[in-house]
Amino acid sequence: MSFITKPKVAHPQLPRNELNLTVRDYEGAMSTLCAGCGHDSITGAIMQAAFELAIPPYRMAKLSGIGCSSKTPAYFASASHGFNTVHGRMPSVATGANAANPDLYYIGVSGDGDTLSIGLGQFLHAVRRNLNMLYLIENNGVYGLTKGQFSASADVGSRAKKGETNQQPPIDPALTLLATGATFIARSFSGDREQLVPLIKAGLTHRGFAVIDVISPCVTFNDHEGSTKSYEFTRKHAMTAIYADFVPPAREIRAQYAAGEAMPVQMHDGSQIVLRKADGAYDPTDRVAAFEYIQTHQKAGEIVTGLLYIDETKPDMHELANTPPGPLASLPFAKVCPGNKTLASIQSRLR
Amino acid sequence: MQPTDTRNPDYFHKVVDCQWACPAHTDVPGYIRLIAQGQYTEAFLLNRQSNVFPGILGRVCDRPCEPACRRGRVEDKPVAICRLKRVAADLADDYTDRLPKAPAQKNGKRVACVGAGPASLTVANDLLPLGYEVVIFEGLQVPGGLMRSNIPSFRLPAEVLDREIDDIVGMGAELKTGHRIQSMKLLLAEGFDAIFVGTGAPKGKELKLPGRYDDAARVHIGIDWLEAVAFEHIKAIGEKVLIIGVGNTAMDCCRTSLRLGAKSVKVMARKPRQFFKASVWELDDAEEEQVEIVINRSPKAFVTEGGKLRGMLFDVMEYDVDASGRITAERILGEEMLPADDIIVAVGQENAFPWVERDLGIEFDKWDVPKIGEKTFESTRPGVFFGGDSAFGPKNIIWAVEHGHQAAISIHKHCQGEAVADRLPDGMNLQTSKMGMHEWAYSNNYNSAERRLMPHVGLKERFQKLNIEVELGFTAEQFAEEVERCLNCDVQTVFTDKLCIECDACIDICPVDCLTMTPSGTEEELRGRLTAPAPNISQDLFVSGPLPQTGRVMVKDEDLCVHCGLCAERCPTAAWDMQKFTLLHPHASDEARQPR
Repeated sequence: MSFITKPKVAHPQLPRNELNLTVRDYEGAMSTLCAGCGHDSITGAIMQAAFELAIPPYRMAKLSGIGCSSKTPAYFASASHGFNTVHGRMPSVATGANAANPDLYYIGVSGDGDTLSIGLGQFLHAVRRNLNMLYLIENNGVYGLTKGQFSASADVGSRAKKGETNQQPPIDPALTLLATGATFIARSFSGDREQLVPLIKAGLTHRGFAVIDVISPCVTFNDHEGSTKSYEFTRKHAMTAIYADFVPPAREIRAQYAAGEAMPVQMHDGSQIVLRKADGAYDPTDRVAAFEYIQTHQKAGEIVTGLLYIDETKPDMHELANTPPGPLASLPFAKVCPGNKTLASIQSRLR
Repeated sequence: MQPTDTRNPDYFHKVVDCQWACPAHTDVPGYIRLIAQGQYTEAFLLNRQSNVFPGILGRVCDRPCEPACRRGRVEDKPVAICRLKRVAADLADDYTDRLPKAPAQKNGKRVACVGAGPASLTVANDLLPLGYEVVIFEGLQVPGGLMRSNIPSFRLPAEVLDREIDDIVGMGAELKTGHRIQSMKLLLAEGFDAIFVGTGAPKGKELKLPGRYDDAARVHIGIDWLEAVAFEHIKAIGEKVLIIGVGNTAMDCCRTSLRLGAKSVKVMARKPRQFFKASVWELDDAEEEQVEIVINRSPKAFVTEGGKLRGMLFDVMEYDVDASGRITAERILGEEMLPADDIIVAVGQENAFPWVERDLGIEFDKWDVPKIGEKTFESTRPGVFFGGDSAFGPKNIIWAVEHGHQAAISIHKHCQGEAVADRLPDGMNLQTSKMGMHEWAYSNNYNSAERRLMPHVGLKERFQKLNIEVELGFTAEQFAEEVERCLNCDVQTVFTDKLCIECDACIDICPVDCLTMTPSGTEEELRGRLTAPAPNISQDLFVSGPLPQTGRVMVKDEDLCVHCGLCAERCPTAAWDMQKFTLLHPHASDEARQPR
């Protein structure tokens, strides 16, 4: 929270993207979150990714539920569409919006409470539908807006600011998603922009439901010693299984990769993600192995980050439902309202 | 890169571009803030500490601060620093009881100052309060030096000059006007404890071309002619006037000519506009008065007919200029003769010391300029000091003032039997500006207002009399806006690496993208991978020590920082703080306070 807004004055030589926009053109209102909140850093990463992908802001739709995390869509891309839903119901509204217009980039921003507690049912059903959107969980392990109670993602043994220790086992979003059949599962850290930006770009390009579980320290209620979601703890215990390097369409892969290290994944829009293995044994297309890998490292006290699982072959909601391409609003009248004859034939089938 | 040593006062001083560029290191943001608060007298006195002549310099300073101003890099035009100085001087209340006073009990040391220009007056200003007796010898009937004789009164009114000179002389200097020193030997014999020479660069350069002396009464040397006009020995000039040269003296000559009856005035420049020596604003003011500036004309001969000046013959030039702006070749395309009734030659000025005998132990170099200590201003004869234009050739008033300050330190040390070269270093104070959660003791918001324009007297009225001051000064509305354009570069971003938790908040909030957290490297390599390009190598990079969690470093490119304080506001651990920097640039009074 600041008294002044960020001045419009900018560095005169800021890089520009294909739309001749600078990253400043993807800004939103001034954040009213606590100074140092991980969520603000994620907002910065989203702006950077949208800038690098040269997405026109008006082609983005931002959705959120309730919570500190869910305030953040106000802080980027002022010139885009937005919907702030009731608590935990963002996936339904996103489904409706996506059904009506599949051509927008849908970015859902949610928190551990909004996703894993009140919204868990909605969340998992969006996974089942393989709704084409990027869903970010800004995961800080506490309910910050209500003064720091443990959330459903708090680890056993993590200590609250006031001293009590969490006893209940956490819901791990990555493991839950692996079990539910999600097609894009990633984990990252708000303090690691270099990892997070390519992941967001990959998630935005993935056709289907892309989830990034971003550990995002609550600087006010969960950044102390004994917390397992603090800046310091996360930096000490995070390990990268796999890096995602994003290659946009019509651009060749220029970086040099050692043999066996790189694994290109072709995306639906023609772009490529090159997965670089930090750990040679890891295969991000093997669901069973990924599950085991994450659990093994969890037992060793390590937080596995990077693009944990990807499956670009599964159909998304529109393919499953066999809907016509393009926004409903652009369908010709004759198609939306096929006339009396067609109605009569439908009705005759029901008699 | 090694972590930046911010304990060296030069680091933060350089961030305050205007103060660093000012020869006298005037606390520019400090006095602009005082003006913003309506404390005009305090703003005047803060100025006076460094530059001694705020009213004079607020009108005619060479303004090295303005091209340096960060605002000129962030957007187009710098803050109108000089104009704001004049605001402070114009609106100051009676400050006489707040000036330093000379003690009743003198210290028994006598100092002679030769010439009553800005350098000598500064020496007197600094030494009188310490108990020195100062005698100023001036060849003319009035004090002021070039400020009086060479700067026309329509730019610098006599009242302003008189008041600020009186402030110094009033402290008890013995001013001997009409007393031209003809011999250094005789002056030395008078037994002064120290002698300061501040006689300027009084000799206008000649243009030795055919016909120069055929009608000598119609060919004038710029600075001599201006002096003759200032003292009303010359009251008229012909209708057609050519000015040769395009420096600031030329600008004064062409505008003065218009006021003495000239109808057509042309300023003749040998080279294209980018090579002009005159300040941009002086060129603008002259052109506003319909002076024509003709480029690429190289003077060849004075043309006379029957002993009467008819005009001047020029070679028409053409130049090849390379990408870096240097002339690589020149050609003569032809000749052109321009008619003139009078020609004023303003092609530079130089030092002249016919009155300093060469057997006194005062050594001169091959250009016949005395050899002087760069910091001490002492000649090769102990006890004899030079300053102002007479030390290192023609510069400007503000340099003369700083020379005076430095020479006063030397004179004090010399008279007290201390080593002249052993001087106090610059120091600094840093004090936090934090007033509350999001409140700072300065106006931190960026104001996007454009530079205000100085209102001028109408183009008809101004020519009625020679001494009508053309610039009216900023109106209250104008300076209220202009002060907010100052970026408060003296409120420094101070970083404490061990407090940083690397949350990215400062990086994201910085409006000009000047912050980066990254592994350290060499400066050249670091500049290539910052958040935003950092091509201006004249501006430093701040590099912190290793950050506690990842060992990366915080890098700040000082170039475009607008000192909005948002990095410090968004910092959860107060690793960033906004701290007011005060430069402690020692003067003779500071040396005198040192325990011995």
